[in-house]
Order: sequence, then C-alpha cells, then structure tokens
Amino acid sequence: MKRIWIRNGRIIDPETGLDGFFDIIVAKGRIERISNQTSEMEKADCEIVDAEGKLVTPGLMDMHTHLREPGYEYKETIETGCRAAAHGGFTTIACMPNTAPVNDNQSVTDYIVKKARRLGSVRVHPVGAISQGLEGKNLAEYGEMKAAGVVALTDDGNPVMNAQLMRRALEYAKGFKLPIISHCEDRHLTGKGVMNEGVTATRLGLAGIPNASESVMVARDIALSELTRAPLHIAHVSTEDSVRLIREAKRRGIPVTAETAPHYFCLTEEAVIGYDTHAKVHPPLRTARDVEAVVEALRDGTIDVIASDHAPHSSVEKDVEFDMAANGLIGLETSLPLSLSLFHKGVLKLTDLVAKMSTWPARILRLEYGGLRKGGRADLTMIDLEKEFIVNADTFQSKSRNTPFQGWKLKGKAVMTMVKGKIVFRED
Amino acid sequence: MTKLEKKDLLDIESLSEDEITLILDTAESLKEISERPIKKVPTLRGKTIVHFFHEPSTRTRTSFEIAAKRLSADTVSVSAATSSIVKGETLADTARNLEAMSPDAIILRHRSAGTPHMLAGLVKGSVVNAGDGMHAHPTQALLDMMTIRQRKGSLKGLKIVIVGDIAHSRVARSDIVGFTKMGARVHVVGPPTMIPLGIESLGTTVSHDIRRAVKTADVIIMLRIQKERQQALLFPSDREYAQCFGLNREVMSKAKEDALIMHPGPINRGVELAPDVADGPFSVILEQVANGVAVRMAILYLLLGGSR
Repeated sequence: MKRIWIRNGRIIDPETGLDGFFDIIVAKGRIERISNQTSEMEKADCEIVDAEGKLVTPGLMDMHTHLREPGYEYKETIETGCRAAAHGGFTTIACMPNTAPVNDNQSVTDYIVKKARRLGSVRVHPVGAISQGLEGKNLAEYGEMKAAGVVALTDDGNPVMNAQLMRRALEYAKGFKLPIISHCEDRHLTGKGVMNEGVTATRLGLAGIPNASESVMVARDIALSELTRAPLHIAHVSTEDSVRLIREAKRRGIPVTAETAPHYFCLTEEAVIGYDTHAKVHPPLRTARDVEAVVEALRDGTIDVIASDHAPHSSVEKDVEFDMAANGLIGLETSLPLSLSLFHKGVLKLTDLVAKMSTWPARILRLEYGGLRKGGRADLTMIDLEKEFIVNADTFQSKSRNTPFQGWKLKGKAVMTMVKGKIVFRED
Repeated sequence: MTKLEKKDLLDIESLSEDEITLILDTAESLKEISERPIKKVPTLRGKTIVHFFHEPSTRTRTSFEIAAKRLSADTVSVSAATSSIVKGETLADTARNLEAMSPDAIILRHRSAGTPHMLAGLVKGSVVNAGDGMHAHPTQALLDMMTIRQRKGSLKGLKIVIVGDIAHSRVARSDIVGFTKMGARVHVVGPPTMIPLGIESLGTTVSHDIRRAVKTADVIIMLRIQKERQQALLFPSDREYAQCFGLNREVMSKAKEDALIMHPGPINRGVELAPDVADGPFSVILEQVANGVAVRMAILYLLLGGSR
C-alpha cells in the first residue's frame, strides 16, 4: 500500500491538545510521522492529500446509530450505513440492538461484527441489549456478548420501565466493564404522545409528550447509578430539566455521561407544523428554551457527546398519518455539518466540538482512541470548515431519506475519511 | 367578498373573518332549500363528491350527504370498514386511487390529526375536513357560529363558555379559533386533566368552576365526555363528572336568562348534560343540526366554484 502524505492541514487533537499546521505521513494503517517539515525523501512515492486550508482531526465516532441489519435491510444495511458514516466523516460507529432478531446474544453480535468487517468501510461496534428481546424482563447475556464484541448495553427505543431490572443491569454490566446507555422515557407519561406537549401540540391537535417523561427517568437512573456506582450514559438528552439533573449528578461525582443529537440543538417542536413526519422522533423535538439549555450543556461540558441517533426509515413508515409514522430521522450525513454550526456561532471551540465527536465517545465506550500521534492508528477525518452546501437527501449514501433538514444550507463538512490508513471517502 | 378563493377547507385558522361571514351568509340563503317540499336544486349537477369517513360518524356524515344531495351532486360514500384500508392500503394510496377517478371534492373524517392536509396535497379536487383527530372540525365551528348568530345577531362581544374535555376536542379547538376571530370572548372550563397545555395561546381563558363560569355566559357549549377517557385517568367516574362539571338545572339557575345551550353531539344524557336541560327552552342543539346541513351546502357550493 502506498504511503499517504496529508499536506499542511490544521491538525487538532483534543486528547493531546495539539493544534497547528503539520504534515501527516500515513503508512501501513498507522501514522508514521507528524511534522512540519517533510523531507523530499519521505514525499517520494506518496499519494498526496492536500489539506491546505482544511482541518484534520482524529477519526470521528458516532456512538448512536441504527444500522437496521439484521431484519430491516430495506431501511439500511451494515454496508450502506457504513458508507453513510464514511461520507459524514465518521471512522467508527456504534450500532443499536433493536434489530430483528434483537442483538441480545453473542450470535447476533458476531453476525454484525463479521459482516461489518467484510463489507463495512468504517469500524462498527455493536451495542447489546440490556434485556432479552428488549422486553424489559430478563437480563441478556452480557458476558458472552462482550466476548463477541459489544461495547455497551442499551434497550434503546424501549425504555427500561422496571427500576429493579435497571439496577441489576447496571450492577451486572459493571462487572464486565460495559456502560449502560439509557433511553430515558417513562412509557406511561408518554402515553399516546407523538410530539412535545405544549402550545404547538395543542394547536395541531396532536397528543403531547411532557418533558417529565424524560426527566423522571433521568432522575431515576442517576439515583441507580449512584447506588451501584456503575457508569451510566444518558442517550439523546432533549430537555432543560434533564440537563439540570445531569449537571447536578456530575457535580456530585456520580459516574454519568450524556449525549445529545444535532436535532435537539438545531430544531424545535415547530418543525412538526404541517405534520411533517420527518420531524417525528423520540424523544420529541422540544421548545426553544430546551434547545438553549442543551446548547449551554454542550458548552459547559454537562453533555459530553454529540451522536446522530441515525434512525433510517423508508417511506412505508414515514409517508403515512402523523400518528402512525415511525419515530426517528437519519443523521450520519448531516451530523457534523449541523454540529459545526455550534462552532460557527461561537458556542463551541473546535477542539471541544471534535472531542464530543471522538475523544468522549471513545472514552465512554472504552475504545482504542484514534488519536493523532506517531504510531497511532490512521483513523482520521479531514474537514472543510467553510464549504457551503445544500442538504439533498437524494445524494445520501444511506438507504433512507427521512431527514427534516432537506434543503437546509449548511456550512462545513467532511471532505475525506480515512480508516486504518485507507481513504474510504474523499471529495474535492 | 362574493367568492371563496380556496381549494380546500382544512381548518378555521386559514379562514379570514370575511370568508367566515361569506360562508355564513351563503348558508343562510341556502337554508330555505331544506324547507321546500322538493328539497333539491341543480347547482352541483355533474359534480362528484366522495365522503371518506375513516371514523364512525352519524350526524356529520348524514349532514354532508344530505347537503351534497340537495345541491344535486353525485355522492359516493367510503368508510374505513368497507374500504381497502382493512386490506392494508395506506391513506396516501387510497387518496391516489380516488384521485384517479377525478372526484370534485373529498370529505374526509379521520382519527389522525393532519390527514386532511396530507390528502389536500395529493389530490386536485377540494378537500373538506370533516374532523381530524383532536385537531379541527371546521364545519362544526361554522354551524355553531351560524346558530349563535341567528340567536344573538352577532358574535361580537359575546362571552362563550365551553365546558368539558378540551384536550381531546377538535370541536373546542375550532370553536375557540372561530369565535375569537369573530370577536367573541371564549372561556373554557373543565378539570385540569382535560385542559391542554398552552390552550390560552388560542385566545381563551381557563377555569375549573362551571358554577362561576356560567354566570356571565351568553352561550354555554357542553362537550361530550367519552367514557374511555376514564381509563386515561382524566376523571374518576361519570357520577362525579356530572356532579362537578355537568350542566343541570341547579347550575343553570346561576346562568343568565337568555343563555344558549349548545352541544356538538352525540349527548351523554345525565353525564355532561342533564335531560331536562338538553330538552329545555334554552337548548338550541337541534338548530345546530339543522344549520349543519346549510353550512355544508354553503361550503360545497363555494368550494366548487359558486359565488354569492
């Protein structure tokens, strides 16, 4: 394999604090050298990637995606999901267990791992189920799944309603050093709700989901994490009250981390007006006040991670009555550009933004971190911060088209993604 | 204004005060047709109207069908039970198939909010919302306005009190929007479990005491209490509801002498409305039903190109 010379990019690595203009030489899947003086000898027979005016970061990680395989291949496959990830600048993704069959045992884990190795262009780490069949009754086999490759456990999509089960899951998982990722939602409070409860739902005549549906479970799970001293990661934080609870828990030293998704800081409940099913998602899009709280939580570090919650659905699930439409939207190919808006607006420093999309997910999932250092893994992402484009789902690599961001003008995107020294996506 | 420049009637929000007045005036002039020995005019001859009812309905459906027939339109009726929906066809596909048969108007009743909007985007003909989920019931609001106008001359300055399950009521939502648009003040009453968050943003005030609220009311609209709401934990029992939020003679004794009593039907006798009040002198419930036909005739007439 030819060596690759990434010429004169702005290199940022939140882990080491590196921020400057350097050349990177990649060979045999590893970073051979980072320097500001590349000799003529080194340059010889290198493939050149011109990073002039671009940003080069450790490979981005998306710790919350739905690949839909096995079971729902018409929505997404491991192969298409990986391609979408590569185009979005991600070198590593973690995929949720709500497939059919559910990833609650080692053979499904093994299937995903092997298929991803064969067909996937990026690294795929499966997340196993907390309970067998996501039914919220019995523990799944964490030990065997861990051996097969899961990096965390969640019943994502199905909240764990039984507090005793959640307690035991946290305890049992702790022994295998697996974090629990909690989809915080009280089923009873959600009821028949299909969007955020409030003025917009009242006007549209749609059943509402209160903020408390999320925050009562955040409060419960924080209490259980405190009880068990087991690491807890709160998925897709959407409300002001959740943010407050997590901030307080962190201050008290409880081992809790949290993520949010771009739609929770870029959209409000008003995106539903006109009954746009692409804006139907769990948890629901909230109010401007919640968006402000989420942004502030990203700024002050209460929320550690930005994850896409990439949830592909076909027109069969989305081109229907709002009440009946499936929840979720695709995010792999818009997550980074939408997140960069936080940098452009001056909310987040680049290094903090990159940390939320690489360092932190790696830390939480205990993955080997593709940091930018000599001898390190050559997983990296090149970003053009200034490149403007209009979101067009028809050009997406994902099999699905369910995005509420169609037609949005965004600034900044990944222009090259490298996994194990191999360029898996590149655009000029 | 003599013409309605609109393809569809989806909600009251999208109507101006002038458009509402046009519809009500047209309805007044068409009302007389229903009183003739031969109740039919040829106005909509050759027009095809599909009544697509995805939810049970007696009053609204019959009212729409009679309205269309009195204007000589050809009508076809489709209900969820007899349609391809039971075979798993989606609403969008049903709409495309109906569209292929070129109806001039589709009257849609559906349990999900927003479906008339969805349908309107898929068909060239007019779409009339005959009730969508908890969202809107514009023809009911219009017939309510017509009834109030007949009795009180105008809605301007009236105080209208709506009592019941506001949260689940499309009638309440459309009434609030329409009444306030026409200059009335609207006040809603119900247990807090039945008052949706942010209802004030539609221009209404809220309280929980029917006995106080009726004192200053010019019009009292009682909403139907659906028994299945008990399971949703909105109220403990019919008995208690009737005691605390029902309209009976004792409550009426506190109301103004000329207060009108209205109800969109069907009535739960003895729950939200005591029988003697429902059948009493202040009740205009059956006038509402009669006006329903006139309002729907007016809407079909105006949407399908007629002018006053």
